[in-house]
Amino acid sequence: MPDPAETAQRAATIAVLVENEAGILARVVGLFSGRGYNIESLTVAPVDEAKRISRITIVTSGTEMVIEQIKAQLDRLVPVHKVADLTLEGPHVAREMALIKVVGRGENRLEALRLADAFRARVVDATTESFVFEMTGSGDKLDAFIALMRPLGLAEVSRTGVVAIARGPRSIHS
Amino acid sequence: MSATPAPAAADARLMTGAEIVLRALKEQGVEVIFGYPGGAVLPLYDALFQQNAIRHVLVRHEQAAVHAAEGYARSTGKVGVVLVTSGPGATNAVTGLVDALMDSVPVVCLTGQVPTHLIGNDAFQEADTTGITRPATKHNYLVKDIRRLAATVHEAFYVARSGRPGPVVIDLPKDILIGKGPYTDPPAEPHRSYRPQTEPDAEAIRRAVALLKRAERPVVYAGGGVINSGPEASRLLTEFVRMTGMPCTTTLMALGAFPASDPQFLGMLGMHGLYEANLAMHGCDVMLNVGARFDDRVTGSLAHFSPGSRKIHADIDPSSINKNVKVDVAIVGDAKRVLAALIEAWKADPTPQDKAALTRWWRQIDEWRARDCLRYRQEGRIIKPQHAVKRLYEITKELGRDTIITTEVGQHQMWAAQFFGFERPNRWLTSGGLGTMGYGLPAAVGAQIAHPDALVIDIAGEASILMNIQEMGTLAQYRLPVKVFVLNNEYMGMVRQWQELLHGGRYSESYSAALPDFVKLAESFGAVGLRAETADDLDRVIREMLAADRAVIADIHVDKEENCFPMIPSGAPHNQMILGRDEEGGAAGVTDEGKVLV
Ligand SMILES: Cc1cc2nc3c(=O)[nH]c(=O)nc-3n(C[C@H](O)[C@H](O)[C@H](O)COP(=O)(O)OP(=O)(O)OC[C@H]3O[C@@H](n4cnc5c(N)ncnc54)[C@H](O)[C@@H]3O)c2cc1C
Ligand SMILES: Cc1ncc(C[n+]2csc(CCOP(=O)(O)OP(=O)(O)O)c2C)c(N)n1
Ligand SMILES: [Mg+2]
Repeated sequence: MPDPAETAQRAATIAVLVENEAGILARVVGLFSGRGYNIESLTVAPVDEAKRISRITIVTSGTEMVIEQIKAQLDRLVPVHKVADLTLEGPHVAREMALIKVVGRGENRLEALRLADAFRARVVDATTESFVFEMTGSGDKLDAFIALMRPLGLAEVSRTGVVAIARGPRSIHS
Repeated sequence: MSATPAPAAADARLMTGAEIVLRALKEQGVEVIFGYPGGAVLPLYDALFQQNAIRHVLVRHEQAAVHAAEGYARSTGKVGVVLVTSGPGATNAVTGLVDALMDSVPVVCLTGQVPTHLIGNDAFQEADTTGITRPATKHNYLVKDIRRLAATVHEAFYVARSGRPGPVVIDLPKDILIGKGPYTDPPAEPHRSYRPQTEPDAEAIRRAVALLKRAERPVVYAGGGVINSGPEASRLLTEFVRMTGMPCTTTLMALGAFPASDPQFLGMLGMHGLYEANLAMHGCDVMLNVGARFDDRVTGSLAHFSPGSRKIHADIDPSSINKNVKVDVAIVGDAKRVLAALIEAWKADPTPQDKAALTRWWRQIDEWRARDCLRYRQEGRIIKPQHAVKRLYEITKELGRDTIITTEVGQHQMWAAQFFGFERPNRWLTSGGLGTMGYGLPAAVGAQIAHPDALVIDIAGEASILMNIQEMGTLAQYRLPVKVFVLNNEYMGMVRQWQELLHGGRYSESYSAALPDFVKLAESFGAVGLRAETADDLDRVIREMLAADRAVIADIHVDKEENCFPMIPSGAPHNQMILGRDEEGGAAGVTDEGKVLV
């Protein structure tokens, strides 16, 4: 009988500090595809221009052993400074932003606006027949809002993927 | 830096990119480069021509350049260096790079590239070398700014040799090689992001020793990491095993890390490992793994691997730990530091060892040994391949020369591992992880270049040797007296064995048809060609081969249908080993799950 602790899957949000250099994203993505790991979401942007550091946030899932492997594999890439498992290390805030275009007239249009208000989505562009909503929140919240927009004229969605950071005074640099 | 230098002085300090590369190589202690020229690297070849500090060895194929660098690196502990041109030069090198990656061999490979302004234009002999080699290397670089050139070369050497060693590619656009820039010394400060842990955690060491002291049936399982760590690690391993009285087995990659003649040596473990080694792994209660990676060729069925043991794993690469096998104590560190710390902690821990239990354990092991799992019968005229290797070993031992063995891949490789004894590290060069046919001859080139006075022998199969046979030309050009000892069974024997055991004896495409006349082939390259067709010829041919002052191909005609045993069929547990033909029924029991494994 396989030990359930060894087969149970969990999600992990992993933050990676890397040298901001050509090819780094290809190294990370190549690692995931080459070794058959899941990527549910991946975001990257420079966070310290002076020190040439970028931060990558990866949402993945796997058994505990696979997630340990993913972290160890990331950590041994030469341009990687630091790998933190935000899911494991304690409470963290995870946010995603989406731009959501809804096209329509009449009652649907009003309903979309009312729901946007309830979800605290902002209108960042409007015409007589369309809205672009900007919304920030957990992935679940975005999913729920997008599902509601579908019958109301959902035309297009652009999402950033998850960014995350630990709660409290603890820092990835410490 | 003080005042801005006058322009003329500044200019005088500028060098061409090619000169910068060579100066950085010299600074890194490079004595020899294995390479092959082409348009994109002509500036480097020009600079090489105008100096004498670094020797260039011209191979006949870029794959061979990398294997030669591996042979050089594995036999010396230094970084092997390769120089190839862009496009086909770089793509030909890829197999060698992956081989070095899998076996953790430190190599720096310089590849030419089209000039920076042409990159991405499908220029002549352009290939996306950094893209292609990203998963084939430990790390790679494309140099786009000559001011970073020297620093990149220094960094490449640091990355190749530190932590878990591996191959590093530096892609060099031609305009960078021709342009002028400053040379910079290796940096004094540590690397910004890559700082592998070499010193083991004291608490982990203490926990390991606590387990080992209380062990009743311990086993030490040493791997290639002990070789990577340098000869001191092998010395410390031997010291530790002897002071604790424990049995020791090694992987294919670690032969020589522990003296083969030591009574505590159980031999190699794994798929073609010894019965006693595998059963000791299966039955132990505490396992100490130093620098081995629980490879599938070693563990067999993971679900049944050493079920009753507490496992300690020491490895410099955290990604090797808990990858395949979950362990109880993880020690991250360099093997020699780990072993030194274990020895110290063992002495410091007052817990007495259970000597009675250890004696019982050895009695059990001796019973397993008594099965004499490597026995074979050499009778009649047909040479048994095992006998050929055994005689080669015995006769070279009589000679007492420093001997380095390389191999190709297949049955002959396994027989070499089983029947040739190694007392010291760095004398056994084989392609383990990738299993690259064609590795042995170029690796022998590299080893012989590094050790001109050593006896270097490639134990080969007739199929594998043809994969890099062109290196006979390199042997001729540099008068390298490498001996190629071909166990010629007229089959891709390892393939034939699997077909016999797992595919109903349907020998699909595994017969080595249309073989060359190896004697004439040797002679055409200025080497000596010898042939042994019967058991009576064997010793004479071996002696003639060893006495020759030139390269030799000895074509040893061996039993065509001999299988390599013991064998743990893919996916089977350690205690379901097949010991010989009489037992081949055992392989009929291979499950479909086992059949999908390689
Ligand atoms: C036809 C064929 C049959 C084979 N059959 C067998 C067989 O029966 N038995 C067998 O053993 N192999 C066999 N192999 C080889 C097998 O495929 C693997 O290559 C081999 O088992 C791996 O050896 P290793 O575990 O020692 O690891 P290596 O590949 O040598 O890896 C070294 C490990 O040590 C670590 N390390 C590196 N440097 C250091 C350091 N300084 N300090 C500490 N750790 C370090 C690395 O991180 C890595 O985890 C066979 C290969 C072929 C081609
Ligand atoms: C480059 C490459 N291609 C294919 C294989 C698969 N393979 C493994 S062993 C083997 C046969 C080797 O035959 P030979 O060199 O005659 O050795 P023998 O097994 O007969 O001793 C083959 C084809 C390989 N390991 N490497
Ligand atoms: Mg053969």
